[in-house]
Order: sequence, then C-alpha cells, then structure tokens
Amino acid sequence: MTTVEAAPYTVEEVCERFDPVMGLEVHVELNTATKMFCGCRNEFGAEPNTNICPVCLGLPGALPRVNARAVESAVTIGLALNCSVRERSGFARKNYFYPDMPKNFQISQYEDPIVFDGYLDVPLDDGSTWRVEIERAHMEEDTGKSLHMGGATGRIHGADYSLLDYNRAGVPLIEIVTRPIVGAGTRAPEVARAYVSALRDVVKGLGVSDVRMDQGSMRCDANVSLMPKGSSTFGTRTETKNVNSLRSVERAVRYEMGRQAGVLLSGGTVRQETRHFDEQSGTTSPGRAKETLADYRYFPEPDLVPIEPSAEWVEGLRKELPERPWERRARIQSDWGLSDEELRDLVNADALDLVAATVDAGASSESARSWWVSYLAQQANTQGVALTELAITPEQVARVIALVSEGTLTNKLARQVVDGVLAGEGSPDDVVAGRGLAVVSDDSALTAAVDEALAAQPAVAEKIRAGKTKAAGAIVGAVMKATRGQADAARVNELVLERVGASS
Amino acid sequence: MSSADNGPGAEDLTRLDAAELARRVQAREVSSVEVTRAHLERIEAVERTGLNAFLHVAADAALAAAAAVDDEIAAGTVRGPLAGVPVAIKDNMITRDMPTTCASRILDGWRPPYDATVVRRLREAGLVPLGKTNLDEFAMGGSNENSAYGAVRNPWDPARVPGGSSGGSAAATAVGETPLALGSDTGGSIRQPGAFTGTVGVKPTYGTVSRYGLVAFSSSLDQIGPFGRTVLDAAMLHEVVGGHDPCDQTSIDAPLPPVVEAALAGARGDLAGVRVGVVNELSGEGFQTGVLSAFTDAVRVLTELGAEVVEVSCPSFTLGLPAYYLIAPSEASSNLARFDAMRYGLRVGDDGSRSTDEVMSATREAGFGAEVKRRIMIGTHALSAGSYDALYGKAQKVRTLVVRDFSAAFERCDVLVSPTVPTTAFPIGDRVDDPVSMYLADLCTIPANLAGIAGLSVPCGLAAEDGMPVGLQVMTPALADDRAYRVGAAYELARDTASGVPFASTVPDPAALQGAS
Repeated sequence: MTTVEAAPYTVEEVCERFDPVMGLEVHVELNTATKMFCGCRNEFGAEPNTNICPVCLGLPGALPRVNARAVESAVTIGLALNCSVRERSGFARKNYFYPDMPKNFQISQYEDPIVFDGYLDVPLDDGSTWRVEIERAHMEEDTGKSLHMGGATGRIHGADYSLLDYNRAGVPLIEIVTRPIVGAGTRAPEVARAYVSALRDVVKGLGVSDVRMDQGSMRCDANVSLMPKGSSTFGTRTETKNVNSLRSVERAVRYEMGRQAGVLLSGGTVRQETRHFDEQSGTTSPGRAKETLADYRYFPEPDLVPIEPSAEWVEGLRKELPERPWERRARIQSDWGLSDEELRDLVNADALDLVAATVDAGASSESARSWWVSYLAQQANTQGVALTELAITPEQVARVIALVSEGTLTNKLARQVVDGVLAGEGSPDDVVAGRGLAVVSDDSALTAAVDEALAAQPAVAEKIRAGKTKAAGAIVGAVMKATRGQADAARVNELVLERVGASS
Repeated sequence: MSSADNGPGAEDLTRLDAAELARRVQAREVSSVEVTRAHLERIEAVERTGLNAFLHVAADAALAAAAAVDDEIAAGTVRGPLAGVPVAIKDNMITRDMPTTCASRILDGWRPPYDATVVRRLREAGLVPLGKTNLDEFAMGGSNENSAYGAVRNPWDPARVPGGSSGGSAAATAVGETPLALGSDTGGSIRQPGAFTGTVGVKPTYGTVSRYGLVAFSSSLDQIGPFGRTVLDAAMLHEVVGGHDPCDQTSIDAPLPPVVEAALAGARGDLAGVRVGVVNELSGEGFQTGVLSAFTDAVRVLTELGAEVVEVSCPSFTLGLPAYYLIAPSEASSNLARFDAMRYGLRVGDDGSRSTDEVMSATREAGFGAEVKRRIMIGTHALSAGSYDALYGKAQKVRTLVVRDFSAAFERCDVLVSPTVPTTAFPIGDRVDDPVSMYLADLCTIPANLAGIAGLSVPCGLAAEDGMPVGLQVMTPALADDRAYRVGAAYELARDTASGVPFASTVPDPAALQGAS
C-alpha cells in the first residue's frame, strides 16, 4: 500500500493550529585511539575489515573490556552539558538481530546512564539563547557498516547482495538525548539546527570527537510531534534518521511539521514510525515498517562491572573544561576588535583556532588573520586539504610574521618562506638560510647594483636627472630583479635618486 | 603402539594421578611423550567401547607438545608443577589449533583464531592438551544427552549418563583417558558430573578463573574449574588456570586462594576447629536413600576428623532452582544471538532466494538442538517487556536472598556441606522427555552459582541400591576456595584409609569389560 503524503504546510501555517514538540538524539563518535571494548584502532576510512579482533567481531568466548578514555570523554561531555555524573553506572544489552551487529546485541546503557539532567544554552541567530534540557548521555558501541550492492537505492530492499565492514563495530559512541523541546513554535526548525550546531561546537572544543556530520562521526535523529495549540498532551511522534548536516536538521524538522499537520488536518492520524530523510528532495519517507514497538529486551550486561567514577576524578575533569566556544568567540571578537562579519569569515574558514594560536605565539591578530584567511587559505585550496591540515604550524606562521616586522623579510619573500615550509624544507629560519632569502640590507652591495642598472639604461638615468623621478621605477625594478627580490624597494629608490644626484 | 610395548607387568601410567605423573616426568623417570602416548592409547581403547567422551583428539599436537616439554626438562627448565602432564579441555573453551563446537551443529566447520585464557595458561604451564571433550550443547543440560554428537556414557554403568554438562571431561577423567580435565559450571556442570562419575570437580569462586574464551552460556554464572581423580590434582590444575585476567572484567584482581597448600594441609592434618554446616534444605525428602546414607556417613567422617558439625537453614535455596532457570536462559538467549550464519559456522538456506532474516532463522532452526531452543525461548520471554519484572526481575531478587542466606550461614560455619546431587546417575533416556525432572539434578549445586561462591564435589562412596558413586559437596565463601580443598583432602584420605583402597582405582574399566565380553 502506498501512502500519498499531504502537501506540507509552512511552519507558520502549522503553528497557527499546533505546537511542535521535538526530541533530539545525537550520536557522537569519540576519537579515542582504540575502540570502546577492545584494543582495535578507531579510525575512519581504513581498508574494510582490517581493524577487527575477536572482541569487536563478537566471536564466541570473547569478552568486552571498557576503554577508560571513552568513559573520561563521556563524563567530560556530560560536564560540558551541565549534567550530573552518576556514582554507579552500568552497561546493558540492547538485543536485536541485524547483520552489521556482530553479537546481535549492542552494549549500551539503559537505566543508569553515565551522565544525566543537564542543559545547553543554545545561541540563536538573533543573539538570544534557548535552553535545551538534556535528559541523559550514555555510552555505547557503534555497529559495523552494511553496504548494499546493486539495486537502485543503495538500501537493503532490492539489493543484489550486501557487504559488511566491521571496522566501525565497537567504535565508542555517546548518545546525547534531549528532554522534549516544547514552545519553540515557528522557531522549532531553527532551534533544532542551533542546538545541534552548538552541541557540535562544544564537543569539538573538548577535543573528544571529530564531530564530522559528513563522515558520520556526528549523527542526529529528530523526533517530532504536534499537539493542538493549547494542549499539553504530546501527539504521536515520528523519528527521522539519516539527517546528516545542520541544514538537514532544520529541513527535516520543518518538513515533518508540515507533513504531520497535513495528516492531522485531513483527519488522519500520525503513525509512530521511523522515517528516512532524503537530502535531495528535503522530504522524509517511512523506514522499516514497525507495526509494534521494538522490544529490545534490555538487561544488565553481565560481562562488565559497573563504573564508579570518584568525585575527585570528576572534579578534576570539571576543572579542565575549556571555555564554551561561543563565549570564547565573543571574547576574541572584542579582544581583536572584529566586526561580526570578520568573525564569521574566520569561523567559516575554520581559521579561528589557528589564528588564535598564531596570536598566542606572538603575532598581531591582524597579520595572523591576514595570513590564514588569504595566502594560507589559497594554498590549502590549491592542495585540496583543510586549513588545519596544511604542513605549517601557527608557531611557524608567527615566526614568519616576526621576520617581516623586524625587516628580515619582505612580504613577497615571506610568501616564499611559507612555500618552503609547506614544501617540507624545515622551519622558517631553515628556509631563509637554505634559499638565501633574507633582505639585502647592505648599502654597498645595493649601490653597486644601482650603478650597474643606471649604466645599462643611460636614457632613463638622464630622465631622472632631469627631474622625472617617477622614471626611477624602471631602475628600481631592474635592481629588484638583479637581487632576486631580496632588496627593500624603498631603500633602492632612495639610492637611485642619490646616485643620479636628482634629489634636489 | 600397543600396551605390550610397556613390557609385561609394566605399570599403567593412566592409573597414576597427575601429581605423581608430574613428579616422575620432571624427575625424568618417564618422559612426557610416554605419558601422553599411554593416554592417547587409553583414549583409543576406551572410546572404541562407545564412551564418547572426546569430540576431538589432537594426538600429533599432544605428542609434539609433550616432546617440547621433555626437551625443556632435559635442558633443566620446568615450566610449572604440572609440566608434562596431559589434560583434556571441555569443548566450549576456545582453542586455536583444535575445532571448538560446543557440541552444537551451529558451529560446524569453525576454526577459532585464538586461545581461551585458560588454554593459554595450560600451554604456558607445560600441560599437554589431549583434545576436546563432549558436553551438553552449549553446556545446557545435566546428562550430556543434549550433545549434537551423541550422549556420553558413564564408565560405572554404560547404560547411565555421566551427568552434565561437563560429562565428557568427567567420564574421561574417571576412566583414565586423562588425569586432568577442565570443565565449566553454570548450575552444577562440574560438580554434578563429578559426583556421577566418582571424580573430584570444583567450581571456583566466580571471577577467579578467567572466562575469556569460554563460549558463554550464562555469563553471570559460568565458571571454569578443574576435574581430577584426587583433591590435590584438582587443586594443582586450579592453580594453573586461576588468577586475575585483564581480558575478563569480571575477573577479580586478588591473589588466588592457596588451594594446593590447602589440599596438602588437609591430607596431613585433621579438621579440628573447622565448623561444618549441613544445609537443611539440601537433603531429605526426595533424595535417593543411598545418596542420603553416603552423605550421612561422610558427615560422620568429618566429625571424626574433628570438625564441629551444625545444622543450618537457608530457606531461599528452595527458590534457587526456578530463579536459575530464568536467569540462565535469559542471559543465554542474548549470548547465543550471535550464532546467525553471517560470520562463521553453519549456514543453511543461503540459495539466493531467501532474505538475511530467513537465512538466520533457517540456520538457527537447523543448528540448535531442542534444549537450546527451549532455553532461548524461555529467556527471550523472561526478558520481554511484559514479563521482565515478574520473571527476570524477580529471579534477580531471589539471587539476592540466596546471597544473604549464604552470608548468614557463613557467619556460623566455615564451610557448608550437602549431597552434590539428590540422586546417583540415572539411566540414559530416563529424563529426556521431562525437562523439569532433569533440572532437579541441579538442586544442590545451583545456590553456589547464584551467589558466586566456591563448591567442590568429592566422591563419598557408592549408593547401596545401584552401586553408583555419590558426591559430597563442600561450599565455601567467595575467595575461600582453599577451605573446600582442605576439607575435601582430609575427607578423601580418611575415606581411602577406611576402605583400604583408593576410591579412584575402583572405577570399572570399560575397555577391559568389552575385551572380556
């Protein structure tokens, strides 16, 4: 049976009749060196089925052991989200059959998640904040990946065969679950996006995950329901999966609000189901039909003992928490005197941390900013890598800037030095020495070069002598060429005028 | 090679206990290769009678391992107290050089890529693995009749079961196919077959022997332990495999109780000052007469050795059996979910016409035996949303009560004793159609598993009415396993002194019987 979806209403139309309620479940893959319950490497993009062992393959007899670093990351995330940390927190098994899950159960947490009852104050576009309450965050292991071959959709139905890659099986995940977000009205899609965005920034600032939605290291499931305006009884919700970008979060919520309103306003009822978001069309469609609620038969994981973080350890982690990203941004904006637009450019270019580190290494914010957003950004673009992946450190950039300001390098020479560093020729000082790039500041050497150039172009020398000082540019150019650009052009100009005796 | 090569009247090495074999091998009075070869021949002779204790015999690998130990001993290196002594391994422990089947069709063709921690420790200590022993499928059963590879027979009477689930290890040890064997005990699976075959079987304190590489039946109850024909032998094997293992997070990071020292002390001294509690709920009505009288005699011997015997009551123990038969299947239903044809073992119906779910179902339907399916269904039901609180949840509460009853009893007593099983070994086929009567065989052994404490079964004579062995169970608080060895060793010596003959030497020889017929 095919269901024809009603045409979506706009968010404004929906909110004339309904109040939206959202619940967001975000999975964050931790960037620990090893997996959640074994010593296999946790890395993205390795050859299929190379980072596997008896434990993460769920071979008979193999037993899990908890990655202490993952627990630390989970607690850190919880603290950053103002959560309480449970004194005694256990693992549980979530039982269901699926080929990409080696044991046919997932080790997760159920009744006693490691952190709970927190909130995140989310900055919205208009400068206000929205408090999103966090119900819990718990640890679990990721599944492997199924690759469905053949068929048109890449989904399991209609595939000719499927391939399984267990490299991701057992990668540590933190699932962060909000309490129902009520009262956002027409701003619900924006609040959803802003929350996921703020969460991404917070987690990134903690350094515990790459939080790349495009690579799946951050994934969002959006639960949406509508209740008649004025009611406080939640409607039936749907859970939309495959929401793989911030923009998609907003679009998926908006679409579901419109779709559900359509269903309700035409006298229908919303089915509780899992839906799949389609990036192309911006719509959602029903996933696997679940006529009955899945019964995961949770029970305490008997192979693991509960985790009991000590209060001292937790307080130690709390002290290490970094500044919240938006608070830090506000501070930086005022310290450096940036306009909103300049700040946004820096953030969008992913350059804020690099510039800040360059400033920390002694450079002025103007020059640091200029290097990173122009020349270095171009180089990254040419190389096809992220700015952060360029083979130059903020300290090295700061050193180049210092060499320019003390007169050892011109800006043009400085770019050559940077090129040398990027080419692996060593530190900026190594490149200056290796390529012989320091400014020629010895007047006698420059005077000789000026004399040579004047002798080569007597007609020009005559013009200058006759008072056409602008003609000196040709001589300066010749000298710069002869010194391979290592001269200070202003000084050369002075010397030219001096030598022809044109300076009144 | 036939036994004639040992020369007329040569001593039968398969009659010696492990401690004596170890002494002789390490003193170079006999080589490990000779000892190993004698046991391999014994296996061949006994298995020919249909005992069916072994699922896999690794003759070449065993002889090679024995030769390596001999070379080391010749060079002056002795890996450990049991270096050079053969051992058999229950086939639910992972071995990288031998198949691991759990006596189930569903693991057909699987060759594991790693060794269980206990197997690694056996090898490191210079023991010689002879092969893998038969069991009830996935250790689910008390008679060894649930093996996909056929029932094991009891050496004392081939028409009877050897007990289970470690029936192969128990029978092989009793009959001299091996001096030592490893078993696993979830609700009595070492102690019960120990009692049925007249061997010593021990379930150590939960968490003192690593479960890494033991194919899980019920993770919170499973425990690996030793079989031997003497208490000292069991203690020596216990020390080889026991101790903390970081690969098992339920493994206790504490020194292993000094079990060998305790076994030696027990055989030297008396039991003066030891307070022994007889558990009221674990004897009496419904127990076989011969079992009760053998048990009463054993308690009398303990008194004569100086122990102070008191009666204790542990009311919750009567609830242990039903609680166990909810908790164990619940965990099993989850543990056995991984057998789905996707990665290893049997695959049925993968002809291109079936979906993944259908192949999984067809494989599990064909690959699991009836008892395993029964327990998966019970467990799945007990964990399901509508039943969890009333079944699994309530069973866990009973477990807490059992722990409390033990704690109270151990305030008054150093050890608790009971018959290991209410009956002696029953005839093959007798209980297969009545699972509940089969489950009753675990009545006395289950409380120790629920509480995670230690239990030892030592033979205490034969039941008058059927001539089958009876076991005396000695239970101790967690991490006090040494007390069971002390009491067991003292009792064992008194028993043999009274009868004038080592009990272990009285087991009938199936090979000789068949030769005579």
